[in-house]
Amino acid sequence: MSGDHILSVDRLSMRFGGIVAVNELSFDAERRKITALIGPNGAGKTTVFNCITGFYKPTSGVLRLTHDDGHIIQLERLNDFRISKLARVARTFQNIRLFPGMTALENLMVAQHNALMRASGLTFLGLIGAPSWRVAEQAAIDLARTWLERIGLLDRADDAAGNLPYGDQRRLEIARAMCTDPALLCLDEPAAGLNARESAGLSELLLSIRSDHGTSILLIEHDMSVVMEISDHVVVMDYGVKIAEGTPQHVRDDPRVIAAYLGADEEEAIAVMERGT
Amino acid sequence: MAGRVSATLASPQDSRVPGIAFIFKKALISALVALVLFSLMIGVRTDAGPDGQLTYWTRFGDLAAMVATVFGGSIVVELLRQWWGPVGTVRVVPASVQSGLSLAGRLVAPVLLVFTFLVPVIFYNERYILDLAILVLTYVMLGWGLNVVVGLAGLLDLGYVAFYAVGAYSYALLATNFGLSFWVCLPLAGILAAFWGVLLGFPVLRLRGDYLAIVTLAFGEIIRLVIINWQSLTGGPNGITGIPRPTLFGIPLSPGEDGLAARLGIEFSPTHRIVFLFYLILALALLTNWVTIRLRRLPIGRAWEALREDEIACRALGINTTTTKLTAFATGAMFGGFAGAFFATRQGFISPESFTFHESALVLAIVVLGGMGSQLGVALAALAMIGGFELFRGLDQYRMLVFGMAMVLLMIWRPRGLIGHRAPTVFLRHNQAISADLVNEGRG
Amino acid sequence: MDYFAQQLINGLVLGSIYGLIAIGYTMVYGIVGMINFAHGDIFMIGGFIALITFLILVSFGLTAIPLILLIVLLVSMAITALYGWTVERIAYRPLRHSFRLAPMLSAIGMSFVLINFSQVAQGARVKPVPPIITGGYTLYEGAGGFVVQLSNIQIIVVVTTVVLLGLFTWLVSSTRLGRDMRACEQDQTMASLLGVDVDRTISMTFVIGAALAAVAGMMYLLYYGLVDFFMGFVAGIKAFTAAVLGGIGSLPGAMLGGLLIGLIETMWSAYFSVEYKDVAAFSILIVVLIFLPTGLLGRPEVEKV
Repeated sequence: MSGDHILSVDRLSMRFGGIVAVNELSFDAERRKITALIGPNGAGKTTVFNCITGFYKPTSGVLRLTHDDGHIIQLERLNDFRISKLARVARTFQNIRLFPGMTALENLMVAQHNALMRASGLTFLGLIGAPSWRVAEQAAIDLARTWLERIGLLDRADDAAGNLPYGDQRRLEIARAMCTDPALLCLDEPAAGLNARESAGLSELLLSIRSDHGTSILLIEHDMSVVMEISDHVVVMDYGVKIAEGTPQHVRDDPRVIAAYLGADEEEAIAVMERGT
Repeated sequence: MAGRVSATLASPQDSRVPGIAFIFKKALISALVALVLFSLMIGVRTDAGPDGQLTYWTRFGDLAAMVATVFGGSIVVELLRQWWGPVGTVRVVPASVQSGLSLAGRLVAPVLLVFTFLVPVIFYNERYILDLAILVLTYVMLGWGLNVVVGLAGLLDLGYVAFYAVGAYSYALLATNFGLSFWVCLPLAGILAAFWGVLLGFPVLRLRGDYLAIVTLAFGEIIRLVIINWQSLTGGPNGITGIPRPTLFGIPLSPGEDGLAARLGIEFSPTHRIVFLFYLILALALLTNWVTIRLRRLPIGRAWEALREDEIACRALGINTTTTKLTAFATGAMFGGFAGAFFATRQGFISPESFTFHESALVLAIVVLGGMGSQLGVALAALAMIGGFELFRGLDQYRMLVFGMAMVLLMIWRPRGLIGHRAPTVFLRHNQAISADLVNEGRG
Repeated sequence: MDYFAQQLINGLVLGSIYGLIAIGYTMVYGIVGMINFAHGDIFMIGGFIALITFLILVSFGLTAIPLILLIVLLVSMAITALYGWTVERIAYRPLRHSFRLAPMLSAIGMSFVLINFSQVAQGARVKPVPPIITGGYTLYEGAGGFVVQLSNIQIIVVVTTVVLLGLFTWLVSSTRLGRDMRACEQDQTMASLLGVDVDRTISMTFVIGAALAAVAGMMYLLYYGLVDFFMGFVAGIKAFTAAVLGGIGSLPGAMLGGLLIGLIETMWSAYFSVEYKDVAAFSILIVVLIFLPTGLLGRPEVEKV
């Protein structure tokens, strides 16, 4: 319940039929920090994300989001689009979900939907081309341009998103999420499929998002180099439960974490480490 | 792409150039299949005799002719296929031709528009052409209206005719029962149709794809059946007659003293009304077009297209997909309602027969053939479909048969429609079209 | 009560016919994932072929009713099955991997072709036949003179349906073809990699669906004593409703849905109004899809994020 936690996950459980995907998971994400959620495949990380972003309704547990002004929202009570609209939680997807037939610029414009809807007077002011709408539209285009510049895609602003290379699509999806002006940005494996150079660029982008915008970031990641480099706090999951948490350094040395990743049991993992690897 | 190419070939052996023997064999098999298919349906004709007893007689001549046609046709198709190459082959078009085409493409719309404005001038004395032009424009408007739902929002609607019917009956009933003028009824018809659009939209929001299609189809049929059976209100199968003709802001286009012709001091001609109706539907269609183009550049229009592209991503961006879908349904329905009111005032008579599933299918075919979401494509498709349909008027009962076959062939020929690309709604530097291969159709 | 019992019998008979058509929808939807819009019209073609075969046999002087019925059944199944095969081959196969809307429109086009082909080839007028199978059993004679009857034709419809359903269930569960069909339903690419001839399996699905629709068409002819070129449209939508109600992709579901739709329609006509019976059937479709989108026996679909 500490004031600088933007998100407190409290005993979150998610069951599908008889399968327990997430079991009594609790962790906190600090404000203006990068929190990483790691764990082997099938540990239940994406399920946690889907609960936080409203795609699943948790079986039990509380997800408390505290905005900068102290306003508290319980995410498990909101559903689908309201999480993004009211709680200002944005997300990206493991298997990129851009609007492939729309241009990069259009993708970023769609992300500003709610702000633009208000500015267009629920369409009516926009339909008659009111000056206030024109100003708002130009501001939205400028914001999109700024983001395109930051992710190095200004040249490709008018290309279809589906035509962009994979790495560019990943960055565009992050920019799109940022265009919704989120308080908490949830990234599902942003480095998946990126080469070393692109991963480094991604780390830089995420660090700059944290420092320049004060956006808190929660990410799921497999790429340890990214996790170790940028995370302030790491939560490790396996089989739906938290097995460790702490600083990247702390977690890296935790035998349980190594065991989970190597698939070996604990003693074996400790033995491996003691042998000086 | 590879999957599509191989799928269009009957078997792997087909990829090498088939010889005469192969073509012959294929034609022979087709003819055999045709023989079995048509043996009873064409070879034997049944009919009730004068005493009500069912009798039959044989038509082996017709059967032989049909089988021979299939045999010959199969050879021709096979030869054409060899000459054209497999369906789905990527054809490299030289850059010069391409730029020429794109220039021509940009000129088509304005030229078509100017020509349309001049139609009543050029064909003033050709009543038939004017009537046909009004019909084509009605379908252009319906196509543009449905395009909002299917082309932009990606929601498959097979019951669009319901809104057309709501608009037509709204005007007919309001005008005949309360004496309201066309100009008062027109917005009312639109609003009522939009209301029904929302009413239909609400329950079907969660449905996707084919389910949505079949529910909208059922909805269209329900509206038609209610119109047929609610005789006290709608006149049932007999329909409503004596629907008032439109006036030019209160001035009737009639031969009487207070008619437009008398007031202007010119000789009355029934063509005046036809020309007036022509410009009326042209104005309505252009209004539809203008609003749609405008909406596409507004957040709501972008949300529609985004919905078609990826509904889950929309939700993650805080877009209320429920209201977005409902506005699409309502907007499309409203245009359908306008078109319906126009139809009623033009005909002066409406009955449930004008609002069958066939109309919905026709409008949907126009939208899909036009190329989803393309305004120009829809207009061209409406012209081709309705014009083509008229060309076959002489065929009488064979007309629908030809229409059905044309639908099948057109879909095989151009599954993505005539205009296969999407124009972006906003751009920084270049306004470049997006290939249809990237554009999703929506799962709704 | 007597009246109700009679309606129950009538409803079950009508429901059997819907069920037979619904199986064709559900199978094709299961494998290809599309609504075969022309399936209702295949049913209509089946009715016509049964009618024509029947007329020819009678004019040849054949009088043994069971023999006539058997020949009519086999001929209409065979020829209608070929219609199903041809429709798939011409209108659907070239578009199998195409955009979603294209096969749907070509299916609608094919439906128009079949309807108007029948109209052109056989005329627009309704074709009545005199009752072929007469007689029946009186199950119960009420005090008010109301008689609950079970006619021979009703018995034949139900028995044929049950036998075919059994045969068909065996086909899907225990034969090589059935296994291939189930494999294609799960994953066509994987099935083809494992040596299943996907094209052939899909063709066979259409063939079997059309053959069952032909049986339904013949039963319709026997039961109602008439066919017309437009009967496929409404029957098709109702059968599809049945398939959805039962849970699309599920064969027992299709039959169950068919029976329910038949019962509801009969009861509605008997107790409320005949005029609105189709409205009732279509409303059920909408209500089912809203509250029970996976149908009674369908598998729930989980949305993947």
